[in-house]
Amino acid sequence: MNREDFPILSNNLVYLDNGATTLKPKVVIDKITEYYSSYSANAHRGDYDISLKVDNEYEKTRDLVKKFINASSRKEIIFTSGTTESINMIAFGFFKDYLEENEEIIITKSEHASNVIPWFKIAKDNKLIIKYIDLDDNYEVTIDNLKKIITPKTRVISLAGITNVLGDLRPLKDIIKTAHENNILVVVDGAQYVPHTKVDVRALDIDFLAFSAHKMCGPTGVGILYGKENLLEKLAPHNYGGGMNESFDNLNEVYLKPLPTRLEAGTPNIAGVIGFGATIEYLNSIGLSNIRKYEHELGKYLFDNLSKIRHITIVNKKPSSIIAFNIDGIFSQDVAVYLNKYGICVRAGNHCAKILKDEVGVKNTVRVSLYFYNTKEEIDKIIDLLKDKNKILNEML
Amino acid sequence: MKCCDTMDSETKREIIMEHYTNPLNRDTIDDPKYIKINSNSETCIDNLDIYVLFNNNIIEDIHFNGEACAISTSAASIMTRLLKNKTIKEVKELINEYKDMIETGKEYDRLEEALVYSDIYKQQNRKGCAIIPWLGIEKAIAEYEKAK
Ligand SMILES: Cc1ncc(COP(=O)(O)O)c(C=O)c1O
Repeated sequence: MNREDFPILSNNLVYLDNGATTLKPKVVIDKITEYYSSYSANAHRGDYDISLKVDNEYEKTRDLVKKFINASSRKEIIFTSGTTESINMIAFGFFKDYLEENEEIIITKSEHASNVIPWFKIAKDNKLIIKYIDLDDNYEVTIDNLKKIITPKTRVISLAGITNVLGDLRPLKDIIKTAHENNILVVVDGAQYVPHTKVDVRALDIDFLAFSAHKMCGPTGVGILYGKENLLEKLAPHNYGGGMNESFDNLNEVYLKPLPTRLEAGTPNIAGVIGFGATIEYLNSIGLSNIRKYEHELGKYLFDNLSKIRHITIVNKKPSSIIAFNIDGIFSQDVAVYLNKYGICVRAGNHCAKILKDEVGVKNTVRVSLYFYNTKEEIDKIIDLLKDKNKILNEML
Repeated sequence: MKCCDTMDSETKREIIMEHYTNPLNRDTIDDPKYIKINSNSETCIDNLDIYVLFNNNIIEDIHFNGEACAISTSAASIMTRLLKNKTIKEVKELINEYKDMIETGKEYDRLEEALVYSDIYKQQNRKGCAIIPWLGIEKAIAEYEKAK
């Protein structure tokens, strides 16, 4: 759908690496260009017209994000540089103080590095324990397996809403309900989740949510940290400096501004944040439920057709808009190089989920990740190229 | 194998594929006399372990193992044969010539079978793959010389 909105698609690029980042529609590009060409002032500073315009546009994005995920208050929406920074702020700014020796953090083996390594680090520093929810035969998280590992020492569960290797959607509603019954907080890595399905932080009762604009047709270098207000109030800033202080005279008298500004020191990525506002309006105009439905169909089409090819082993046990597979006897990177010769972009590797290999037994795969602007014709094209193993062997070098 | 004024690209392809499907010296060595080096790169997902046995400034034996693409697997295979029984001094020269060929396409006769990669400089996304095993040898030599 909506292919004509994307200038980059006018030259027949087949872009199937949407898990890594997504393409940008013209409305977003134009919005960013407009900022740089007609009102490129700083935010929260000036008393002149173009600076006021910056403030208005910047804060409008905050309102749009609040509505987009159904947060209660603008104070709960913090602009960051991306999912990675958001999760680091959550782990180091909040949980490092909150967790005590021998308390437990629960994650899974199919998390992205950005939702693993920050927890490893605070676990090491504070002598905490990391536990993994066992994945079932479909490599998915189930409530039963979660319940098995919860103990009175468990204080936080951090997991992706949708994973970046297999695209499975976690049963967040039940997970969060179970967690809260046990006084456990839940952090949701929304990098692959928020772009692909309607998210309602209040209905799900999510405690913290992190996501990136660039994975949902927005600019790079912008992300969101959502947290319930009472939790964010306790989150210590990792940056101190301009913009976030109320006043300072000496060592003992630095007064910080209230949320959300307290957590946004320094000149932010203004162009990016403003562009992200246009991104959300754009996605709203298509409708997240339409996106989900369309991707679901496309994912099934891809899965069914890949399944028919005998020399292909798919890691996923069921259809998904992210499919990981291998061609028997050919290294994933060689497959990616081969497809690149036909203008097709796919990813080869471990997709930053290095501990998933313990579960699925393969380290590297080819990954196709779809978004709403992909089409059945594009899938036909890749299926056609993958069908003939001799052709791959002949052309992959 | 002795080659080659200029190999045509089909011959090059065949040699690379032969080394990819039936690599030489591909196994894991569990012998403390060998120096073990892990060689990988930031830009590509190849990950090779290289095992080198030195004796009196000569490379007596090389093996490798790991998960890697056709280019780096074959490059490792070819390298194990080419560098065996050469002195460290010779190997250092060969490493420099090999690197230069990968960057510029310049062919050095002494690289023999490794000349199959003389066109790689045209493929930005493959240069790293071809160089990985050779970086491993470079590191192994550094370790050997440091330990002496
Ligand atoms: C599930 C998941 N979490 C976190 C990240 C990190 O996002 P970013 O690089 O935008 O910070 C990614 C991106 O690949 C991801 O897929």
